[in-house]
Amino acid sequence: MTEATLDAFDLTKRFGDNYAVRDVSFHLNKGEVLGFLGPNGAGKSTTMRILTGNLAPSQGGVKICGIDIIEKPKEAKALIGYLPEIRPLYKEFTVNEFLSIAARFHKVKSSHVYKAVEAAKDKCGLAHMSNRLIENLSNGYQQRVGIAQAIIHNPEIVILDEPTVGLDPIQIREIRKLIKEIGKKHSVILSTHILPEVEMVCDRVQIIDKGNLVFHGSIDNLKQQRLGNKLLVGFSKPPTIKSLKSIKGVEKVEKDNQGMFIIHFKEKYLPAEEIVNLSAKNNWGLYHVAPHITSLEDIFVQLTQMQDSKNK
Amino acid sequence: MIINIARKELKSLFASPMGWIILALLMLAFGSFYLQGVNNYFEVMSGSIRPAERVGVTIFVGQTVYGIASFLMLFAVPLLSMRLISEERKSQTLPFLFSAPISLTEIVVGKFLGLIIFLSILVGYIFLMLSTLNIWSDIDFGYLIANSIGLILLAASFSALGIYFSSLTNQPIIAAILSFIALFALMGLDKFFGSQPNHWFGYISLMKHFQAFSRGVIDSKDIIYFVLFITTFLVLTIRRLDSDRLRG
Repeated sequence: MTEATLDAFDLTKRFGDNYAVRDVSFHLNKGEVLGFLGPNGAGKSTTMRILTGNLAPSQGGVKICGIDIIEKPKEAKALIGYLPEIRPLYKEFTVNEFLSIAARFHKVKSSHVYKAVEAAKDKCGLAHMSNRLIENLSNGYQQRVGIAQAIIHNPEIVILDEPTVGLDPIQIREIRKLIKEIGKKHSVILSTHILPEVEMVCDRVQIIDKGNLVFHGSIDNLKQQRLGNKLLVGFSKPPTIKSLKSIKGVEKVEKDNQGMFIIHFKEKYLPAEEIVNLSAKNNWGLYHVAPHITSLEDIFVQLTQMQDSKNK
Repeated sequence: MIINIARKELKSLFASPMGWIILALLMLAFGSFYLQGVNNYFEVMSGSIRPAERVGVTIFVGQTVYGIASFLMLFAVPLLSMRLISEERKSQTLPFLFSAPISLTEIVVGKFLGLIIFLSILVGYIFLMLSTLNIWSDIDFGYLIANSIGLILLAASFSALGIYFSSLTNQPIIAAILSFIALFALMGLDKFFGSQPNHWFGYISLMKHFQAFSRGVIDSKDIIYFVLFITTFLVLTIRRLDSDRLRG
């Protein structure tokens, strides 16, 4: 069995009568990138704040490498690097100044501070920005400073809360690359509401909705869920549903509101080729064949419904 | 770790013009009162013929400078302390401190200490400035030391209260106004009870306890008062920050 670096059990946070997070339990293995996925207001940030000791849970607890964060906050916090959703940067400092402060606060020995700062800057591509004021950096670079701050003391676990929000596509790509890089040496928890992001960077994923954990599994499981065994097909002269159903392997045919067909098929069959052939033969006027990708919302709906039916 | 926080606070005080400007303006004020004191000394003393009316130059100049210093601190400290926590709240940098392996006590005491170090630069300056009187006369260093200790304790009490108000809000300026009002009231309490000098209400006035120091007396009773005052407000601040963590 792989070693768990983070263990969260029965996390519950109540604000008045509202449950922000309810009975969330999970663990993080060493050297793993865990994606934490959920729509806005699902309780992602609250969970992250609890994990990092910024918020006390109403119930449950967190263990970082076996150290309870409530009983021994200092020891546990020393093992975590955290980048909150709103990056906590002292904008009046230069990159070097800020990172040395971060290093000292995280108990890096004063003789190692310089080295740690240089290493973090190297990893995050900040070397040429060393003496710039953080205030004057672009959004993307500020985000890098935020990440550098989180990895400066070489923590066991890096927790990043929506690290790509508000960045342009190029910056997003670079940050993702950086996260992958970090994931090789540290365990990473990454929260996001962007599904493709999780598919690109994470090894394992869990989905939270309205404070409940509705899915957790490897990234392949999620892809399976997402891609399903479905094709989205469009014809300019649509045939009858019956004739589509007669194709080998087809399970179910639905018509969506734009006049396209969603063809569900059985595992291990791929009826696309046959559809194309039939279309050419019968002159259906095929103009679109593609795997039908379920949107994130649909997955949430699916998963939450699954959860509900399980509970019943 | 406390030292690291204090260092960060000092650094950020000096990173903005604010710190420098306050330091410069206060020094200008102290310096001009010092000069005025020295000038007046000869005028007044040549006027007073009887020996009983004569006072030493240390007390004459010291009283003016320390009197004005304690008054100006009333304005300066809230301006300096207002940012300590409310600014972090406003720019959402508190998680940076909370998720580092630092306890709340260390955070609060560190911030407090940073401000005290900054203010003791001022007190040190005043001490040096008054020491220059020693070039042409024999001055009473004991008097200066007692006053310096008193001024630091007074400024520290102001800072402790300022930090507390700063932890209550995320608007620095509101923190400054609140702490200014509170300090002004606390300083003037004994004035309201001028007719009953020993009333307990007058006893909690900050100024009353500073007066002993300004006479050159170091009384343990007054030191204990200031230490208790500072501890109370620092503990309140820690409690306030802790409730953030508990309630979110």
